[in-house]
Amino acid sequence: MVTKSSVFEMIGPVMIGPSSSHTAGVVRIARAAIRVLGKKPEKAVITFYNSFARTYEGHGSDKAVIGGLLDFKTDDNRIKNSFEHAKKEKLKYAFKSVGNASTLHPNTLKINLTAGKDKVEILGESLGGGIVNIAEINGFTANFSVSLHTLIITADDVRGSIAFIANVLAQDDCNIATMSVSRKGRNDLACQVIEMDSGLKPLTLKYLESLKWVDEIIYIPDIDL
Amino acid sequence: MSFLFNDFSSWKKYCEEKQLNLHEVVLEYEVKQKGKSPQEIWDGLAAAYQVMKEAIHTGLNDDMTSRSGMVNNGAKKVYQNKLTVLSPEFQQLIARALAAKEVNSCMGRIVAAPTAGASGILPGTLYTLQEIHQLDDKKISEGLLVGAGIALVIEEKASLAGAVGGCQAETGSAAAMASGAIVYCLGGNVDQVFNAVAITIQCMLGLVCDPVAGLVEVPCIVRNASAAAIANSSAQIALSNVSAVIPVDECVEAMGEIGQSMEDKYKETALGGLATTATGQQIAKKVLIQDIEILPDQPDESS
Ligand code: SF4
Repeated sequence: MVTKSSVFEMIGPVMIGPSSSHTAGVVRIARAAIRVLGKKPEKAVITFYNSFARTYEGHGSDKAVIGGLLDFKTDDNRIKNSFEHAKKEKLKYAFKSVGNASTLHPNTLKINLTAGKDKVEILGESLGGGIVNIAEINGFTANFSVSLHTLIITADDVRGSIAFIANVLAQDDCNIATMSVSRKGRNDLACQVIEMDSGLKPLTLKYLESLKWVDEIIYIPDIDL
Repeated sequence: MSFLFNDFSSWKKYCEEKQLNLHEVVLEYEVKQKGKSPQEIWDGLAAAYQVMKEAIHTGLNDDMTSRSGMVNNGAKKVYQNKLTVLSPEFQQLIARALAAKEVNSCMGRIVAAPTAGASGILPGTLYTLQEIHQLDDKKISEGLLVGAGIALVIEEKASLAGAVGGCQAETGSAAAMASGAIVYCLGGNVDQVFNAVAITIQCMLGLVCDPVAGLVEVPCIVRNASAAAIANSSAQIALSNVSAVIPVDECVEAMGEIGQSMEDKYKETALGGLATTATGQQIAKKVLIQDIEILPDQPDESS
């Protein structure tokens, strides 16, 4: 079923120009990236692919992505001057362009962030109208839209782990909207990305974190990125 | 099937059956469909209108130059021109539509209405209308609701995206929204509002999307001005009870049909029209990034 649009998609969204896929979408991907990193990034390398590779500068997607990494919202007037703000915040950054990545969506960007020893790599797609898909996290297939509550669990690929986690979430009255699991090899680390209609209690997150076979938990509540 | 209304005739029928105004049906749609309270909706509309007015102000006062160099304070030049072609009001209408759209091109804050590329049309028309006719903000918010209803129908029956339906879908739809809102705000009845929409669509049909260098600047900005003008000419015609002859729902159908058969090179790809003129290509070469690492065409799994 196609969901019906809102009045505020006709008169809205309020956003920074020039285009929802080149600015708003890019800001949202960057804001998702810093949440996956879990702290302020010190260094960022952004690779623009395909259609983005040629047009990112003309459309201001470079300023948009830096604005997003500084956690500016999609309607924040500071995006236009995000490079200056980045200097103040001591965020170092570099851009790259790669064309012809035929396996990737036309409007794709990769964000590599570093903070101390921590590193993340995010592959995001800007689908138009400010809607995004986070396609990959650290090489794992992810596919989430940052429009719901999202839980990202990296864990040993142990038997029954998926059912177990689903059960824990059910105890917290959580309805799972989408779930994807990807792993790098048999018995290797697996990454589960779960989108939920409602948020999780801190206690539930603590419990999941405490499990021996769980490597890392990232929780991104629905905060209107 | 859509909720409450899915075309203009069912919208009208619902108004008649429930004895509601056009805008009240859209309000009810949003309340029931999105679970919002009427107050939230009114607040949201007022906030959107505020952003529209700020965009006009910014565009007329701040420096509006884009990185490509194609935007260079055009709105201000129109606003300050001592030579008035038609009337000061018309001059202001054009300057304001340009101003809000230039803000969009220069990374300022705007309301996508219905899209970012068409973000100058409702601000220019509604602000000028409010000023000339001394309308209160509540009336303008009602007009915005009517405009949103018009866009909801067009989205369902045709498209609002340049990449799908060409520029008729973006600036054309915005002009239709503005025209309907103008007629509504000036006390026009349902038939007059929908007639204004029909006339506007007739004027905008077939417009292709051919942005130079793929940027939302040329011809987008001047089209915001022309669309604002057409919204007003259509409103004047409709309020004088001159029929569009072809009913509004059929006009929207035509728009969808034209959009579908339009070649891809005229749908935001920058592969046709103004984008591929000699000058258009020159600008693209200058603006677009040339230093690109090119991957082999068919990356195989092993590489
Ligand atoms: S030409 Fe294309 S990009 Fe420009 S306003 Fe029209 S639809 Fe939008």
